[in-house]
Amino acid sequence: MNQIIINTILPGLMQLGIILFISPLIVGVIRKIKAFFQNRRGADFLQPYRNLRKQFQKEVVISSTASWITPAMPYILFSTTIAAALLIPTFMVIAPLGGLADTLTIIYLLALGSFFLALAGLDQGSAFGGMGSSRHMTIASLSEPAMILSIFAVGVNSATGNISQLISQGSVSEFFLNPLYVFSFLALFIVMIAETSRIPVDNPATHLELTMIHEAMILDYSGRYLAFIEWSSAIKLMLFLTLLANIFFPIGIITNLTVFGAIAAIIIYIIKILIFASVIAIIESTMAKFRLFRVPDLLWIAFMLSLLGIIIHFANI
Amino acid sequence: MLAFLINNSFTFLILFLLAGAFSAFIFAKNKDLSNIIACSAAAIASIFGGITALSVIITGKSLAFSLPQTIPYFHITFFVDNLAAYFILIISIVTIAVSIYAIEYVKEYFGKYNIGVLGFLYNIFILSLFLVVSAGNIFWFLIVWELMSVSSYFLVIYEYDKEENQKAGFLYFIMTHIGAAFISLALLLLYKYSGSLNFADLNNIGSALPSATKDTVFLLAFLGFGSKAGIVPLHIWLPAAHPAAPSHVSSLMSGVMLKIAIYGFIRVIFSFLGASVLWWGILVIIIATISAILGVLYALTEHDMKRLLAFHSVENIGIILIGVGGAMIFSSLGFYSLAAVALIGGLFHTLNHAVFKGLLFLGAGAIIKSTHTRNMEDLGGLIKLMPYTALFFLIGAVSISALPPFNGFASEWLVFQSLFASIAISGLALKILFAIVIAVLALTSALAAACFVKAFGITFLALPRSEHAEHAKEAGWPIKLGMGFLALLCIVFGVYPLPVLNLLNTIASGLLSNPIIPNLTNSSTLFVTPFTNGFSSFSPVWIAVLILGIVIISYILERILIGKIKKRAYNTWDCGSHLNPRMQYTATAFSKPIQMIFKNIYRPHEKIETNYYNEGTKYFMKQMKYETALTEIYGKYLYTPIADFIIYFSTKMHRVQYGNVHIYLLYIFITLIALLMFFK
Repeated sequence: MNQIIINTILPGLMQLGIILFISPLIVGVIRKIKAFFQNRRGADFLQPYRNLRKQFQKEVVISSTASWITPAMPYILFSTTIAAALLIPTFMVIAPLGGLADTLTIIYLLALGSFFLALAGLDQGSAFGGMGSSRHMTIASLSEPAMILSIFAVGVNSATGNISQLISQGSVSEFFLNPLYVFSFLALFIVMIAETSRIPVDNPATHLELTMIHEAMILDYSGRYLAFIEWSSAIKLMLFLTLLANIFFPIGIITNLTVFGAIAAIIIYIIKILIFASVIAIIESTMAKFRLFRVPDLLWIAFMLSLLGIIIHFANI
Repeated sequence: MLAFLINNSFTFLILFLLAGAFSAFIFAKNKDLSNIIACSAAAIASIFGGITALSVIITGKSLAFSLPQTIPYFHITFFVDNLAAYFILIISIVTIAVSIYAIEYVKEYFGKYNIGVLGFLYNIFILSLFLVVSAGNIFWFLIVWELMSVSSYFLVIYEYDKEENQKAGFLYFIMTHIGAAFISLALLLLYKYSGSLNFADLNNIGSALPSATKDTVFLLAFLGFGSKAGIVPLHIWLPAAHPAAPSHVSSLMSGVMLKIAIYGFIRVIFSFLGASVLWWGILVIIIATISAILGVLYALTEHDMKRLLAFHSVENIGIILIGVGGAMIFSSLGFYSLAAVALIGGLFHTLNHAVFKGLLFLGAGAIIKSTHTRNMEDLGGLIKLMPYTALFFLIGAVSISALPPFNGFASEWLVFQSLFASIAISGLALKILFAIVIAVLALTSALAAACFVKAFGITFLALPRSEHAEHAKEAGWPIKLGMGFLALLCIVFGVYPLPVLNLLNTIASGLLSNPIIPNLTNSSTLFVTPFTNGFSSFSPVWIAVLILGIVIISYILERILIGKIKKRAYNTWDCGSHLNPRMQYTATAFSKPIQMIFKNIYRPHEKIETNYYNEGTKYFMKQMKYETALTEIYGKYLYTPIADFIIYFSTKMHRVQYGNVHIYLLYIFITLIALLMFFK
């Protein structure tokens, strides 16, 4: 019994805690770095936490056109995102629930969330929502195959679909030597940008009808529902950064839970995530958003990169 | 008594369907009675079908019996092994739901068409479905296959006074008979070598055949069964015929009849020929992949609900055949356990597609009955008027989009796993082929999700777009019960697929003559582990528990920590104008970005006509008309040339037609002599 608590429940709770309470920090850091590039002082790192607290306490205004899909969606989105996040390893090689499913399930859990997100976009009957859903599903339908292919590409090398095994078998030196890893890293990075609605695919800071995608779908949300959605977005961003950081840079991940080891591993993990977050912030500050119909080109590139990685790997070049 | 019923369940099945067919016809004057008889006979028969299937599966003893022979060559032989029992189960599950549903749905036709004829055809059609999968010899198989084609043809043109239905029926009739011709040839070629019409004697006949004949039989079977299943480019009848039939029949046609072709294909390839040739599998998987992606792409641009669903059948047949084709490739290379996983995936998807596609067609029927339109652009807001239909349709939509924890995901997951496992085989080109298939399958299921966000969102959400939709009413209990049953199964097979997978494990090991995959399912930990090397495993039950658990916990915690929710209803943000249904996104608009991205496949033509107040300056527009249509590539590059050739050839043939009987007699005489000389 003690063994189960130490090996599963305790790390599970720790991971849940990290996912829930560190994710807004990442959003805050990205905003702060962007503010620096824009020569502003910007709000401090903790502003996303204050936003969440404020939104949770506010009254909810619901469109009179909406059906039960609108109030149900934030919970489904929140649940699928957390479920997916619990399936991937963060600071320990073995994810607390990692044994329950493989990477494919993680991808499709996220897809379940975005399915309902897109439905909710159509629910209020506003043209913005429909536009957002349409664009969101278009991009999702291209980024999903790119993601499956890139994860498959990494899995090809270690012959596994389980992320914990991927991580325990990968090493940093391999990443720099093996073209398979380089290509699939780039592919997954592009997918991450598309899936988390970042520049150059989408702009999380815009409410301009011609450019917004994710924001268009949730335009009519407020109060605690909006808080759930924004929290989910932050967790999803963290999830993708974790995938990138842990699969391709598996440094400082521990296999057994010890007090000192855990603290060190968590700190290293958060630092890794923050480095990736700063890369996103730099990209967002230096690039302009793509025109909607340029986005598929970007995703085709991701797709082709993974395929190229697989071909090179199989051909043993 | 019970033992008697179980032992003779198959006989009862046939008797009930025949009785239902003829009494529905006899009592045609009394519409209600006729309809109740037809539906309840079919429902009871399908219960017996379920009993037959389960007793074969549980006891493991095949059912085989013949009727006494009266005419030479005309044996009536029945043979139900595990594979056939599995398909009987599929037919029974969908039929029982559809028959309950039909009790109310058929009222739609009261006073417009003959209810007795519908009841008659409906029962005969179901009978033919059961008979095809239980047929035990070539001759009887071809006869009941024809019965299936003809009865479904009459159901397609049931609303005979509509010109589009006649056209659809004609196309269906031609395509189904071209398919039947190929199937007859394939089976008769096998007869030539086996000397026996019995399926039991055809098992593993493949090893005795010359390889050229084997290839020919494979190609004929693939074309024949493929045209019935709806593979691209032989699918053209499908989006025409399925919408034309009454919705409950569409549900059977799409959910079940297409699967009968899959049954025939698996029977011929795996039982008779033995999947031992590599290029067969490669051909099947390539065509299947093309069918999957083109099916979903054409579905995306449809806004006729039933046509959309019909194109999704093409897609899902593609997914099923990706599994089957993968199994053929692995089996020919000697990777039997990989082949088994692929085949299990394909067969499981066959069941799941029957369930969710049956459900979706029933849902479409409920909408059509209530609003009298199939055009999604005229619908909207139905979730408030038809809450149950909306919920059931949503479950079907999530299932077909392959999202966990529903059944579509469980089977697609298995297909994916078998494709992932292709890294074990050798051959660079083959591995790359598999990588591409993986990518296209992923693209297909993601596009399917996009398509069903459109189908559900535009039809059920937001404001009604027409008067029809405003006055929609929820359907009565039979319709709700029929749909509810299938919706429940979508969840059951998605969350707890273990028993079905164990059954399929037995079937696959029998077909591939290799031992059962150990540890495919684990009943104590509820895991599915297709490969012993631990490539991947997942637990559908725990994933479902996880999703639901987090929803409940976060809801409860939210209520405890923050307190009761304060809600206020207010208008949707519409920039201060007045929100009206015309402002909403339409189905066409929704899929426009995807249409633009894949414009090389769609090849849309657009026509924009603009009228100005002053044609000279062109500053102020008076009116603008926008038209768009897609090019059907297979129509343009395959069917049109064939049709042109036939017309050209027929025109030339005029020269030998003199209209003189003597000349024709001479032709017949010459042909006869020639035949006697060449084929003694």
